[in-house]
Amino acid sequence: MGRIQLKSVTKSFGDVQVIPPLDLTIEDGEFTVFVGPSGCGKSTLLRLIAGLEDITSGSIDIDGADATDVPPAKRGLAMVFQSYALYPHMTVRKNIAFPLRMAKLDQAEIDKRVEGAASVLNLTDYLDRRPGQLSGGQRQRVAIGRAIVREPAAFLFDEPLSNLDAALRVGMRLEISELHERLATTMIYVTHDQVEAMTMADKIVVLQAGVIEQVGSPLELYRSPRNLFVAGFIGSPKMNFIEGPEAAKHGAQTIGIRPEHIGVSETEGDWSGVVSVSEHLGSDTFFHVHETGLAETITVRADGEVGFRHGDRIHLTPRTDVIHRFDAQGLRIE
Amino acid sequence: MATEHSRSVARLMMAPAVVLLLGWMLVPLTMTLYFSFKKYLPLRGGDLGWVGFDNYVRFVSSSSFWPAVQATLMIVGGVLVITVVLGILLAMLLDQPMWGQGVVRILVIAPFFVMPTVSALVWKNMFMDPVNGLLAHLWRFFGAEPISWLSEASMTSIIMIVSWQWLPFATLILLTAIQSLDSEQLEAAEMDGAPVLKRFYHIILPHLSRAITIVILIQTIFLLSIFAEIFVTTGGAFGTRTLTYLIFQRVLESQNVGLGSAGGVYAIILANIVAIFLMRIVGKNLDA
Repeated sequence: MGRIQLKSVTKSFGDVQVIPPLDLTIEDGEFTVFVGPSGCGKSTLLRLIAGLEDITSGSIDIDGADATDVPPAKRGLAMVFQSYALYPHMTVRKNIAFPLRMAKLDQAEIDKRVEGAASVLNLTDYLDRRPGQLSGGQRQRVAIGRAIVREPAAFLFDEPLSNLDAALRVGMRLEISELHERLATTMIYVTHDQVEAMTMADKIVVLQAGVIEQVGSPLELYRSPRNLFVAGFIGSPKMNFIEGPEAAKHGAQTIGIRPEHIGVSETEGDWSGVVSVSEHLGSDTFFHVHETGLAETITVRADGEVGFRHGDRIHLTPRTDVIHRFDAQGLRIE
Repeated sequence: MATEHSRSVARLMMAPAVVLLLGWMLVPLTMTLYFSFKKYLPLRGGDLGWVGFDNYVRFVSSSSFWPAVQATLMIVGGVLVITVVLGILLAMLLDQPMWGQGVVRILVIAPFFVMPTVSALVWKNMFMDPVNGLLAHLWRFFGAEPISWLSEASMTSIIMIVSWQWLPFATLILLTAIQSLDSEQLEAAEMDGAPVLKRFYHIILPHLSRAITIVILIQTIFLLSIFAEIFVTTGGAFGTRTLTYLIFQRVLESQNVGLGSAGGVYAIILANIVAIFLMRIVGKNLDA
């Protein structure tokens, strides 16, 4: 079981408060992703939950019991670090067995669990190698193996994929999601990559400067971002923001429209502009349009086969039903 | 951008230094080998001709040889144990963030800059003097009878002096090794349920193993040849005559250059055995 509850948790380093009072509940079995730009306090928050940092005030409950002053080893949480933090002088087998040896399990049980974890993670052939002889993806799996043998109440992942190349990252993303489906254990995952957040999460927590900007499922955040920050952070490419008279027409200080919600035409449309850069991805094409008189650049998504080039004048039509409106404080107007 | 041409120029420009170093090494080595096969008594007839391996046999069959080996091993072993153990503890202490870290680290290395002769004299006269030494005062303060360190506990005293000199070296090497330990590994071990002592034993110690080996090997080479510390304190008396000191006595006190040279050749062989291990380990370190 792994229900984690943070109650007005704060964290200060010296005089600097990095986490102002924060409340958050993570339900049992939920895949929660903390996402935000660098330095937003998401890793700190994870380390507070892990117990690697002491909280300045507030309390942390794990499964209803107060865990605020419980040392990290006793919280029943397992963590996968960004650098994997494998023990370089031990074989894969000893690495995975280490938490079990520390828990003084008998050797037969240790062997059974290590073999089990190794077969789940396709590591059986590598058990007698050392971390230095493994590829990045395999090291990642060893780190996950070391976490799952403990059968923890919750897994904590601290940007586990940021050291992998792009192709491997997509593969590992899938593996972690599958692992979550199979184990149905609470997972908390920290990343700065909104694609990882969108694809893996049951619940996304968007953080900025230690403050929770919004909590919700990926589609909730995509459909109705609570403020400008979340609107700009979730979705790729970024949402277009338009101010001035065009926004006033919709009764807002700023309006936001996603690139995929703008239609492109050669001949007619509500807005017009000149293509500066076109990015052809095959499946999609992204146009960066200048001289629209609305914002410096408007990004639009079109079908992969649409072939405008640099300098072409094109016409744009936004879908009015999915225009997001924000007031002067940057908050969403329903 | 090493072309054939620039490489040959580089060789040419390095040549003087290499030749100088080679000469510096080869001339004394050849002379030692040359004398070791001769009966050469400067004050008692000078060069008395070739004697084959006589000097080598006499050096090891002398009654002072095995006690000298024993004294050497005790000093080398004792100093190694003290410097490595205290070095690890000090390194971990200095690795903690604290006020004035930079200054403290420089102070720690200071004993290494004191010349062996000077430090031995300071220890002998300021600390270990049975009448006026600081240790004698300390003993008297607690009502105990002061120890005349250098005659009653001669071996302990010399090990203390030499350890004091070499502790900074060990600390410094081990400190840099500790600093290269990924802190996430320690945190992972903490999450895995390893308490402080187990973290030390399972994570920190294995991480330091290579640094410890290097400290041991480098120190062994230098400790085999300590001389000044013995010369200015006990003068080789009270069971502190090491191999190096024995060679010195054979050459200068007994005026038997041939016999001393034979001892010197033994010392060269011994030091080279240690050096081979050192080169292999350091070499492996550089490859990794």
